[in-house]
Amino acid sequence: MEDILAQATGVAEEAEVFAVSSEETQVQFEANRLKHLQTKQQTSVALRIVRQGKIGYAITTELGDRHNLVNNAVETAQFGMPAKFQLPASSSYPPVETFDNETKSVSVEEMINLGEELITTVTGHTPGIICEAEVAKGVISIRIMNSRGGQAHYQKSFFRLGIEGNLINGTDMLFVGESASSCHPVLESKIVTEVVLQQLELAKNRASAPSKSLPIIFTPHGVASALILPLMVAFNGKTVLEGASPVGNKLGQPVFDQKLWLWDDPTIVFRPSSRPCDDEGIPSQRTPLVEEGAVTNFLYDLQTAALAHARSTGNGSRSHGGLPAPAPSAFIIAPGSTNFAEMVQDIKEGLVIEQLMGAGQGNILGGDFSGNVLLGYKVENGKIVGRVKDTMVSGNVYQALKDITAIGSETKWVDGFLQTPHIYCPSLSVASKG
Amino acid sequence: MTIEAVGQELSEVIKRHDADYVEAHLEESQTSHIIYRGRELESIGRSTAIGGNVRALVRGGWGFVSFNNLDELPSRVELAVKQARFVGREVSKLAAAEPAVDVVSVETDRNPVTMFLGEKKQMLDEYNDIIWRTPEIQTSTIGYADSRKKTIFLSSLGSYIEQERADIVLSLAAVAARDGDVQQVGLSVGSRGDFSPIQSLHQRVAQMAQHVVKLLSAPQVKGGEYTVVLDPVLAGVFVHEAFGHLSESDFVYENDRVRQIMTLGKQFGSKQLNIIDTATIPGLRGSYKYDDEGMPATETYLIREGKLVGRLHSRETAAKMGEKPTGNARALNYRYPPIVRMTNTYIEPGSVSFEDMISDIKEGIYAKNWYGGTTSMEMFTFSAGEAYMIRNGKLAEALRPVVLTGNVFTTLKNIDAIGDDLEMNQGGGCGKGGQVPLPVANGSPHIRIRRCLVGGK
Repeated sequence: MEDILAQATGVAEEAEVFAVSSEETQVQFEANRLKHLQTKQQTSVALRIVRQGKIGYAITTELGDRHNLVNNAVETAQFGMPAKFQLPASSSYPPVETFDNETKSVSVEEMINLGEELITTVTGHTPGIICEAEVAKGVISIRIMNSRGGQAHYQKSFFRLGIEGNLINGTDMLFVGESASSCHPVLESKIVTEVVLQQLELAKNRASAPSKSLPIIFTPHGVASALILPLMVAFNGKTVLEGASPVGNKLGQPVFDQKLWLWDDPTIVFRPSSRPCDDEGIPSQRTPLVEEGAVTNFLYDLQTAALAHARSTGNGSRSHGGLPAPAPSAFIIAPGSTNFAEMVQDIKEGLVIEQLMGAGQGNILGGDFSGNVLLGYKVENGKIVGRVKDTMVSGNVYQALKDITAIGSETKWVDGFLQTPHIYCPSLSVASKG
Repeated sequence: MTIEAVGQELSEVIKRHDADYVEAHLEESQTSHIIYRGRELESIGRSTAIGGNVRALVRGGWGFVSFNNLDELPSRVELAVKQARFVGREVSKLAAAEPAVDVVSVETDRNPVTMFLGEKKQMLDEYNDIIWRTPEIQTSTIGYADSRKKTIFLSSLGSYIEQERADIVLSLAAVAARDGDVQQVGLSVGSRGDFSPIQSLHQRVAQMAQHVVKLLSAPQVKGGEYTVVLDPVLAGVFVHEAFGHLSESDFVYENDRVRQIMTLGKQFGSKQLNIIDTATIPGLRGSYKYDDEGMPATETYLIREGKLVGRLHSRETAAKMGEKPTGNARALNYRYPPIVRMTNTYIEPGSVSFEDMISDIKEGIYAKNWYGGTTSMEMFTFSAGEAYMIRNGKLAEALRPVVLTGNVFTTLKNIDAIGDDLEMNQGGGCGKGGQVPLPVANGSPHIRIRRCLVGGK
């Protein structure tokens, strides 16, 4: 890395080298049986330079080929965007722990046993269900170095446990599933199977939904599948800079219901979404986005922040292998005061949404969503009576979150990027074939 | 060291191993990308990658090791075999395959990746200017990426296949805003490294920009059941999402209840309905000569005259179902094992003209273009980037983007007219098992679906 940096600073005003290496082991079950054991090793080195004031960029997996890497970065810099930022000089980072040695030492046998536990528990509860399961562990090592003396290095361990079940009757298909992840080993299969068994219980009976506006409770999974994507785009500093964010000119204004609090937090210890610094070496911080319903901040990387006359929030991310761009680390929604049972009791006729398929395909910028209820339940007179199908729920995130009936008192991590309680909306449009 | 040299060495190592089957993939690729957000070029870059994997089968269990460090390959082979032995508890079943030794070179003589970046940038600048010349445009995004990739496939059967391919994808989106209301429309195209379909989009880009502005004053459709006419692009997405994924045998072969649903010979649609998947048409993004298990590409009828007649296979799914392999095992890149995937999937054209198709619709929806689509096998959703009401047999007002959803089994039966105008869409990428975007093409003539559920107010 030092060599690449030295060579790059010979031809450019500024240079930054970003190296990732990872190793992951996955145990996979298909159709209730152990099927694959995989090991994946990967390394890459990315070079960003500022040459004659413009940004150049190249990435390679060939660590020995620094000459080509530097040449490619120089070539692209002819056309690159003018650099408006300064790379960070040496800085101190918050102590965010993301590495547990225990994770690495979980044996493949233990991983297989965990997977088998998942499957026997679910198939034991519901005979005929066909499951896929995965147990994975891995280590990622990240190193950043720049021409201003900035340096960062950290390691992250991760462990993942998940199961998806598919139950078929005639042509009727039911999909259930749950996963859990941590930097620590997740050795309790119950964390996952309890949720799946509950889904199976609630889905046992069929119920029909009418076509009209109904109150809707989004479970944490439901919040993730229906409501979060538009917000992630809207609070991205880049969307704001372009004037395409519906909340872009609403700083300080009450856009959402007073009960809503939302922030981005990469500093929670031992979460796979956490890190001491972002992918540009800017220290991690907790960034409030919505407080009491009012918009308080947007997420920035260095370049976007400079263009917007703001400061980087430490959200520069290279998740797609390209130049850093603003991206959330993990969205956290604060718990409220109503528990799920109380929400259900409050509803005369309505739905509980666990999974809304295809909700992220509409006009995301505008906040419109519309999806098929892949997993959801009907509520009648304060009780869940069964699963609904052939039903679409549509709405607009900004309207739905402006007037919230209640926010759940317990939060839950979903898919590693969101921690949220249940959210209960008074009225959304439902179209159903019954 | 070149991957050819590594390949020669590895082919010897593979043969010596004590497994039911071993294969290896080596890969070398170059890519370039240019991204615009708004008026500004946001990112331009080049990448190079080299890597490989070894996959081994022992008693029905698979071991897989991927790497981009090409040293110590014999120990990687050993690890893959050891892993497979750890997993294997049954009997290995693979459809018979002929060993193949072949070199397949790229179709275009001009490598899009090494082309001068300034030339690509100028083309994108022209498109962006067209978008920004349109009044009330708030912003635009343009993503361009090209790649050239060489892969080597080796197997313990003695196969050695070198294949090269080039690929270009361009997607553009225009965003319009008025009084806090934001609308967007997109356009995606692709090719096998040929620049001409990417270079001649000026008129379509202008239409896209004008349409997004029109959407600001367009109404949102009332949710409910409608007769819907799909244009070839959206119908192509429909056939891929709603039916194509069901035809992938890895979902079928070990699930008795799905096997019952997907019994060959069962009637799925009207007599006019024919659905094909084929990797054999030159120039399409899903095409190849050999799949990632070294099997030759085929043309597979999935539905013929409304009846289910075929499905897509890897060597393992074909053997376990006692059917012929179809050469549909594909991997996104060396980091993933091959899984059953579609290639170029389309509905064969029928005989109904577009005018006849809409002439007897009193109130319906004409849905065009696409934002995306997804499926749970039984249920699908897909969204149209452009939509219009059909009133009394004529196209009427523009609508905001619509999301269509349904049950695949009833929806296929509800297709009651198939147009005479097949078109293939090259702008899509398919996702499955975390492997996304895999180059595919899909296509269809215009089709009409009765009683399709549309989300809305």
